[in-house]
Amino acid sequence: MMRRTRSFGLFMLGLLVLFVLMAAHAALSVRGAGPVLREEARLVRRFELTDLCLSTEANYTRHLSLADFHTAFQDHPLALEHFPSGALLGPPPHLRRSHGQLD
Amino acid sequence: MASWIDRQKNVLDFTLSSLLRRKGKNLALLAVYTLLVFLMASVMLATSAIRKEASTVLREAPEMVVQRTVAGRQDPIPLAYLEKIRDIAGVVSSDGRLWGYYYDPVVGANYTLLVPREDGPDPGTVTIGPGVARARMASTGDTLEFKGASGALIELVVGDILSTDSELVASDLVLLSAADYGAIFGPADGLATDLVVRVANPRELQTIALKIAERFPDTRIILRDEMLRTYDAVFSWRGGILAILLFGVVLAFVIVSWDKASGLSQEERREIGILKAVGWETSDVILMKFWEGAVVSLSAYFIGVLLAYIHVFFFSARLFAPVLKGWAVLYPQFRLIPFIDASQLTALFFLTVVPYAVATIIPSWRASVTDPDAVMKGIR
Repeated sequence: MMRRTRSFGLFMLGLLVLFVLMAAHAALSVRGAGPVLREEARLVRRFELTDLCLSTEANYTRHLSLADFHTAFQDHPLALEHFPSGALLGPPPHLRRSHGQLD
Repeated sequence: MASWIDRQKNVLDFTLSSLLRRKGKNLALLAVYTLLVFLMASVMLATSAIRKEASTVLREAPEMVVQRTVAGRQDPIPLAYLEKIRDIAGVVSSDGRLWGYYYDPVVGANYTLLVPREDGPDPGTVTIGPGVARARMASTGDTLEFKGASGALIELVVGDILSTDSELVASDLVLLSAADYGAIFGPADGLATDLVVRVANPRELQTIALKIAERFPDTRIILRDEMLRTYDAVFSWRGGILAILLFGVVLAFVIVSWDKASGLSQEERREIGILKAVGWETSDVILMKFWEGAVVSLSAYFIGVLLAYIHVFFFSARLFAPVLKGWAVLYPQFRLIPFIDASQLTALFFLTVVPYAVATIIPSWRASVTDPDAVMKGIR
């Protein structure tokens, strides 16, 4: 009678164990990532880098924080243009400053 | 207490039998539900990991970058600006950065060429990022050709390749000497691409930035805080990539839940009618439907999140790669560090499991409070 309940219980228990293993893997990976993060930080400091290299498609998605709105006729993030990455990566917040709350 | 547990077990057992009777339909529902959770969790895990890594690594970025704009375009900045900037109280040092983009017609890739201020490669040699090495299939000792400003081909020997650990920050970098930089982009005597400024007290950054902007109205200033906030904003819930990707997935989830909430199939209604006729209470029916929702949604949540974790951190979010890759040839092959944001997983739980469970209970409650005879006959 209780066979299905037990099977389902075991199934959920299995998923929970995998979930815990996932959390443990994440914690161990973060702890083991120290050398990678240090190496990245070292290069950022040494070469005075400003951005992560996530996309090499357009200048404003390669250097997200150096993107700008003000240069005339320049493509910018979320502009109607043909670079997929540019259509998905939004402009940096310092370009979207408002002068004050109006409402 | 024991009887309460027995009751739950009995109802759960009946629920599982009921679900298995409609195996095909319920498995399809579980698959779609799991896919939606998988997509949402993948986006959340990937963006959260990028944000966390950016905030850790870019803490070492320059405190302030000063760029010059001429005729509506970024232009090389005169090194003569440095002296006046160094005169500003609170500025510790200021230097020019030489860097630019180079389109490599051989493979159709874009590189970032940069001249390190200290310990750079010797003239005639370059140090390349792992992505450049991959795109050009280059190893140490190979020669890379660059088209110079004069039209002549400039051959530079690969002296070193940056470690693959640096992929996320240096994949497309080509480090070279100032002389080779000048040969490729043309001589830039007295000019730099932009300036970096270091200050004694970070709290004075805004004031110093204002003073620079006053002294040099043709400049724009980007602070390190703004660089950090860029990644925080672009990869946050409200950011472009998340908002766009999540919108479609959430909409699909709403359709699935709405379909569930809007009514029961004739077969399900008949089942409820029979259960009521044989003596089940309304609360028993609702409990059964609660378990039905819980079985499907909890299974989908756990399987979806686990698959998303494997997708993002073991397969480098391969499904999303084409989005960032776009038309680019050189694509950084980084492995994200699994910084899991527990609050996001909790939010995902409440976003997916709870609405579905509620959506399952409501129509069942409506059916179970109706006369069993009417329900079985299909009359509302």
